[in-house]
Amino acid sequence: MRRIVTVMVLAAALGLAACASKPVKPASQSAAGAAGAGAASQGAGSGANAGEGSLGNQQSVPGPQQGLLADRTIHFAFNSAVIRGRGIQIVAAHAKYLADHPSARVRLEGNTDDRGSPEYNIGLGMRRAESVRQAMLLQGVSPSQITVVSYGEERPVDPANNPIAWAKNRRVDIVYLTPTQPAQ
Amino acid sequence: MKLIPTAAWIRTAAIAALLLACGLPTAQAQLTIKITSGVNHPVPIAIVPFAEAPSDSVDVAGVIQHDLVGSGRFSALARTQMPATPTHAAQVAFPDWKSTGVDYMVVGRVVPLGGGQLAVDFNLLNVLTGQSVVRKRFTGTEAALRNAAHRVSDAVYQAITGIRGAFDTHIAYIADVGAGAAQRFQLVVADADGYNQHLILESRFPIMSPVWSPDGKWLAYVSFEDHLSAVYLQRVRTGQRYRVSARAGENGAPSFSPNGQELALTLSGVSGYPQIYVLDLHTRQLTRVTNTPAINTGAVWAPDGRSLYFTSDRAGSPQIYRKSLTPGSFPRRITFTDSYNASPRISPHGTRLAMVTQVDGRYCIAVQNLKSGAFRVLTQGPLDSTPSFAPNGATIIYAKRSDPNGGAILATVSVDGMTGMTLKPTHGAVQDPTWGPFPQH
Repeated sequence: MRRIVTVMVLAAALGLAACASKPVKPASQSAAGAAGAGAASQGAGSGANAGEGSLGNQQSVPGPQQGLLADRTIHFAFNSAVIRGRGIQIVAAHAKYLADHPSARVRLEGNTDDRGSPEYNIGLGMRRAESVRQAMLLQGVSPSQITVVSYGEERPVDPANNPIAWAKNRRVDIVYLTPTQPAQ
Repeated sequence: MKLIPTAAWIRTAAIAALLLACGLPTAQAQLTIKITSGVNHPVPIAIVPFAEAPSDSVDVAGVIQHDLVGSGRFSALARTQMPATPTHAAQVAFPDWKSTGVDYMVVGRVVPLGGGQLAVDFNLLNVLTGQSVVRKRFTGTEAALRNAAHRVSDAVYQAITGIRGAFDTHIAYIADVGAGAAQRFQLVVADADGYNQHLILESRFPIMSPVWSPDGKWLAYVSFEDHLSAVYLQRVRTGQRYRVSARAGENGAPSFSPNGQELALTLSGVSGYPQIYVLDLHTRQLTRVTNTPAINTGAVWAPDGRSLYFTSDRAGSPQIYRKSLTPGSFPRRITFTDSYNASPRISPHGTRLAMVTQVDGRYCIAVQNLKSGAFRVLTQGPLDSTPSFAPNGATIIYAKRSDPNGGAILATVSVDGMTGMTLKPTHGAVQDPTWGPFPQH
């Protein structure tokens, strides 16, 4: 009985009107895990019409795979956007490929570790993506082949809270876009 | 806020409808609360169980007690220590209550009015004098009984502390549930105590930086649908939403002006540094505020609407600056303590600046007095972020990451740093909490 009352309170407290007027059925979310997945597949699938990119299905990664080109991640030091070490070679390899294949297009996704301010981290991720973009432009890639986005701390590859995870998360991912995906 | 959307904004409303969902599984969604520290001299009070009309309804006295104890300013007498269970002042034998050591007590009852309506009657009594301090009746639907209990908490809190209570308010935050391909980001609105969670938006892509409009009717937030950041406004009750900024590069960090007519936000353009702009929500005119080769972001408004506080690393490390919106004025650096100060938030009266600061490698919530400059670290970290003031300025909610392997939880701390508690979700990680304004009853 108490649970029933709680449900009633929930319905009344805030957004009752939203439930009544919107197409997603509350009935589709009866349990925590299943609810999240069910509602979301309706939502993002029909609503946002999202390209896969680096989210979700990773079975077939678009773009070249040979040698260094299979490596799509450039790592950074704390609070830094300077490309170093192996990152320089990875960027150079992709820049050469893109310059040689003018129809190929990439999205550079800047990321940070999850310490500090989320808004500032968006800026830091943007600075990292921009750093890679500038390096690619200097090596002959056309600006029209590159789009950038910063996810800041929102999409860690390792959600743990330790220096090893943080180092993995401070990165730019190079995502090759299939011809059907919007560049911008 | 009266917002007149233009045709271009209306178009995105149809898309938004498909992303919406309502209701969260209540059994799993309740938060548990733990007091982590205590104030020096809390006021001893007894919240006597209310006479309840619907036999199996909300424990009104339990909700009130939870609110008051959670504020850190009160200590509650355990029910097992209560000498009796009066529900009217006339039934109270004050000498018995005096001997328990409480200064105040609350008695009351829930009265059915018919048609699904209830009244909550309460009487706050001074145990030492035997006098009534405040007595009131709140009416509402049976479904809103918890909210009526929060209104009692507000009245008791204000009568004893002199400060308006902020228990009958809402928070919004982002929940991050699932992993890998099943990962979902949820924009959730809940009561300030974490109950009555309500799903506002769900997406496979990150959602961040939610903020309330001054009238509490709208949320602005950033959503990364299709790998592009955009700033949206969404009506909380109807779900109707408008995409107000989807320019190339970053669209981030929205903040409503105090009159609700303008939105500060961060734009980076195709290339270049994030800069702060002000968007007029009626004319859609965009005014640039910062212009330095550095990250400038996270702007919030001074309560008078005449200046913005924001984070910038123009001097190397992120620090907080203030810039008047008067054309030609120069930004002034506000924080000088430590090497990392970001996420500025201004208290409702404009006297305090809350932020995330770095102390010995730990990220903590700190408050700076804007008049005296006094700087106080309120939390221990190590990974605290995104502070947000309650509308009465007495409490700050923030995201706290303490599990070495897990995501953040919600936590609150009093502005004096004396009392803290955590609101632990039972599934998923939560981040970016933001406290809504006082309700308009």
